[in-house]
Amino acid sequence: MSSEVFFKPITELGSLLAAKKISSVELMQAVLARTKAIDSKVQAFNSFDEADALAQARASDERRAAGQAGGPLDGIPVGIKDVISVAGQPLTASSKMLANFVSPYDATATRKLKAAGAICWGRLNLDEFAMGSSTENSAFKTTCNPWDLTRVPGGSSGGSAAAVAAGEAVAALGSDTGGSIRQPAALCGVVGLKPTYGLVSRYGLIAFASSLDQIGPFGRTVEDAAILLGAIAGHDANDSTSFKAEIPDYRAGLAKRKGPWKLGIAKEYFAEGIDPEVNAAVQSAIAHYKKLGCEIREISLPHTKYAVAVYYIIATAECSSNLARFDGIRYGHRSKDATDALDIYFKSRAEGFGPEVKRRIILGTYVLSSGYYDAYYLRAQKVRTLIRRDFLNAYQEVDAILTPTSPTPAFKRGAKADPLAMYLCDIYTIGVNLAGLPGISLPCGFSKSGLPIGLQIIGQPFKEADLLAIARAYEQGHDWHTKHPTL
Amino acid sequence: MSQPADLNLDHVANLARLALTPGEKARFSTQIGDVLVYIAQLKEVDVSGVEPTAHAFPLFNVWAGDVPQPGLPVELALKNAPAQRDHMIAVPRVVE
Repeated sequence: MSSEVFFKPITELGSLLAAKKISSVELMQAVLARTKAIDSKVQAFNSFDEADALAQARASDERRAAGQAGGPLDGIPVGIKDVISVAGQPLTASSKMLANFVSPYDATATRKLKAAGAICWGRLNLDEFAMGSSTENSAFKTTCNPWDLTRVPGGSSGGSAAAVAAGEAVAALGSDTGGSIRQPAALCGVVGLKPTYGLVSRYGLIAFASSLDQIGPFGRTVEDAAILLGAIAGHDANDSTSFKAEIPDYRAGLAKRKGPWKLGIAKEYFAEGIDPEVNAAVQSAIAHYKKLGCEIREISLPHTKYAVAVYYIIATAECSSNLARFDGIRYGHRSKDATDALDIYFKSRAEGFGPEVKRRIILGTYVLSSGYYDAYYLRAQKVRTLIRRDFLNAYQEVDAILTPTSPTPAFKRGAKADPLAMYLCDIYTIGVNLAGLPGISLPCGFSKSGLPIGLQIIGQPFKEADLLAIARAYEQGHDWHTKHPTL
Repeated sequence: MSQPADLNLDHVANLARLALTPGEKARFSTQIGDVLVYIAQLKEVDVSGVEPTAHAFPLFNVWAGDVPQPGLPVELALKNAPAQRDHMIAVPRVVE
């Protein structure tokens, strides 16, 4: 075989499985062996259940032997961020608060993956409750970037991105509230897709900021991301914000949708703070689209500079409300020192939450508190309208927008101790969540020091099929996605 | 850095039901103060006549049919409870 089996994309593995050149058990064993060999360095997993993973693989092989194999995901190990429920498996959100929590049921995305025959594989590390951009806020471990172990994998879905990059999972699910799929995908050199708000059910995803959160896929290729999105998208009565959108065949759409497209370049996304190597890589991606016959138009998203400020009001407000459920009474950590009910709340939350979660709960409580609501929360919601309007105006002219995913390649662990500096990492991804749009990050080069660089493409609402086709058009002319870290 | 005079950390932490150590109070007060200074740039945006956005694609009146559905068995629903007795969650006495 041309490369190790754990570095192959779903599409290739699907053919090998269908041709019975490899069994799902053999594939799972290869991924297990890889994980056992290198995860002490990468630290992508909070935990994994070997027996359960192999049992799922055996079930897939039995389906295939009986002529009942499902689609391309049948028998493929898909890693799951430890904030998405898998029945009977731990669900920690990388928090002491949920250190011993076991999911009583499947998230809808998980249920759909299982229905497609995928193996729900392991519990992948994240910033506690998905709050962070480096996975350093995990209460359990710091995941390392497989391309340079002294650097962060990005976050909050750092475990998902690192596992796919390192060959510890063929693909993975993450969640994205302000860039938590796209930014780690960029920093780890894999493909990450944040779907339109409402396309994928949030049922069974631990809520951080409910008006922004979306589950989405990580893959080695755009086609793998398309296959996974097709499996998890669709209306779900268990999520009242789930949209009744028609779900096209995303994978088939890749071949059908050929462009040329009108692509927008927003000058606000190439302003101060962008690393010169990131800028150069994205400019050369833009040049590639031009060569393909796409029309490149300069556009303006004038409220871009307010996106981080708006986000840290709205996201923290929603988080302070969502995380009120962790009170030490019904589930989660309960302080042993508490004497009465109120004392349980104060002490359990103090002991269970880490510093970033506490900061955000306090900030969110403050901006919602009496006397400050209008000045902060209501004003932020109005600026959110303006940010969204900027995008919708741009889409009168262009099909999609090209930007860098992250202003810099992966930074050193411990380099951003100041919370505000960390928040500014998400400057190019946050607007997409505020506007509810789909966005994809795909590899578009490497820095001189060998760190991956990501191209972000922002699409129109519910037009993931076009977004994926545009991404694929770039990918087909490059081989960045075939490179793997040496570990 | 500068700190907004009106961030009363004790009051807000009490609203959030969060006990903070003196060290946390000192750190958070500076860090959250910095973020609030950064956030203050939103004051320069003209939002007159602009409607607030709570959801990018708001859906209204999402109803579910009033049909009985199987729920979680009691044992499973209580599996993650920190303390339980006789199919109930055990808590300290709250009434005299």
